[in-house]
Amino acid sequence: MIVTKNLKKTFGDHVVLNGIDETIQKGEKVVIIGPSGSGKSTFLRCLNLLETPTEGEIWFEGNNITDSKTDINKLRQKMGMVFQQFNLFPHLTVQKNITLAPVKLGLMTQEEADKKAKELLNRIGLEDKAMAYPRQLSGGQKQRIAIIRALAMNPDVMLFDEPTSALDPEMVGEVLELMKELAEDGMTMVVVTHEMGFAREVANRILFIDQGQIQEQNSPKEFFDNPQNPRLKDFLSKVL
Amino acid sequence: MEGLINWFVSIGNRYYDAFIAGDRYRTYFKGLWVTIEISFIAIIIGILIGVTVAILKVTASNYKKLKWLGVLCNGYINIIRGTPVMLQLLIIYNLIFTARDTSEILVAGLCFGINSGAYVAEIVRAGIESIDKGQSEAGRSLGFNANQTMVYIIMPQAIRNILPALGNEFIVLIKETSVASIIAVVDLLQAAQFVGSRTWDILPPLIIAAVFYLVMVLGLSKLLGMFERRMNQGDRN
Repeated sequence: MIVTKNLKKTFGDHVVLNGIDETIQKGEKVVIIGPSGSGKSTFLRCLNLLETPTEGEIWFEGNNITDSKTDINKLRQKMGMVFQQFNLFPHLTVQKNITLAPVKLGLMTQEEADKKAKELLNRIGLEDKAMAYPRQLSGGQKQRIAIIRALAMNPDVMLFDEPTSALDPEMVGEVLELMKELAEDGMTMVVVTHEMGFAREVANRILFIDQGQIQEQNSPKEFFDNPQNPRLKDFLSKVL
Repeated sequence: MEGLINWFVSIGNRYYDAFIAGDRYRTYFKGLWVTIEISFIAIIIGILIGVTVAILKVTASNYKKLKWLGVLCNGYINIIRGTPVMLQLLIIYNLIFTARDTSEILVAGLCFGINSGAYVAEIVRAGIESIDKGQSEAGRSLGFNANQTMVYIIMPQAIRNILPALGNEFIVLIKETSVASIIAVVDLLQAAQFVGSRTWDILPPLIIAAVFYLVMVLGLSKLLGMFERRMNQGDRN
């Protein structure tokens, strides 16, 4: 579903991604971990071209998205993204946050989108917040709204960029819970996170990125119980 | 005591001559109307130019290929901000006034609009840049293109931040239009000077003109204040 070929990204002289070849299958849940500054967020942001790669190719559902002739806006509709800082639109109600994109991009009528928003809000138990503004919500609520805002577009893949890192500890659980439900529903997910418990429980595959390269990847069990790469061993000994 | 009364009477007479006698108040209102016309044209043109230049500048800063566009915008802003408005008015007037029947009011409005555009551009640009980058990333990640993101997500938030500074700019602009009298436009100030030359007493008409400007500017500030409060109702963190 997503294929990267020799993906490289540099900021000036600083090499952030140094040749990443990776294939993510439909329905897979891939968790990416690594020390800060390792390039894991940059890798994720390259997948929907929020960062433009310096070199290499990215293919999504058979389209080369790094080709300038590709309509990236069209493809992004199929790639939901969830940010560390939620990035809800503060000038719009929760309902409008969810329906803005599907309606304005002509995927749904306002009525259809409103119905969809209601379903999604029901699902996360926040139906009474439909008319609230983002500032009236807790961090956990904001992030769950941000997730269903992306879901309202019916994406084929969901990208999560450290979705729980900006949350108070007691709110991490509700967000991870929703992500687990998504995983169980068969959504293809790529998640950058520091939540090792989530990685162990939900991931099909865990990638360890350091110094702009995938140093090791494995199933969660092997990854945590039998790490090979010395840097990964060192990293795990610090975070577990 | 009698001296004081006489003084008041003479003041009263001077202002009567300057305002009421010979229906002179009409002259002021005609001048006021011209000032309003010039300001209105200038504000509209200023907003159009300002918003366009600001968006071009922000866009240009995001794409290497459009660097020349940024240079162009900066050139415009620097020239306008770096030269006196009176000089700009004279230059534009002499450029355009080669044709007969050019409306001075239109020329003045155009000139002040071009002038104001540079300031509005900087105000709008600062407003756009004050919005967190995450907002535009969220918009783009949902599939909006750059223009849609600007219209649906960035601008509605930026306008709130822009409004106070923009109101300020309009107030300055209205007062600045008094310079227009040098190109034979009979605006409020010029009207006052006409009256003064008729009555041989320049001070009362000038004071009257000042009161007109003051009322106009205070009214506009009040209006803008109401508008801002309305915009701030409901949301905002």
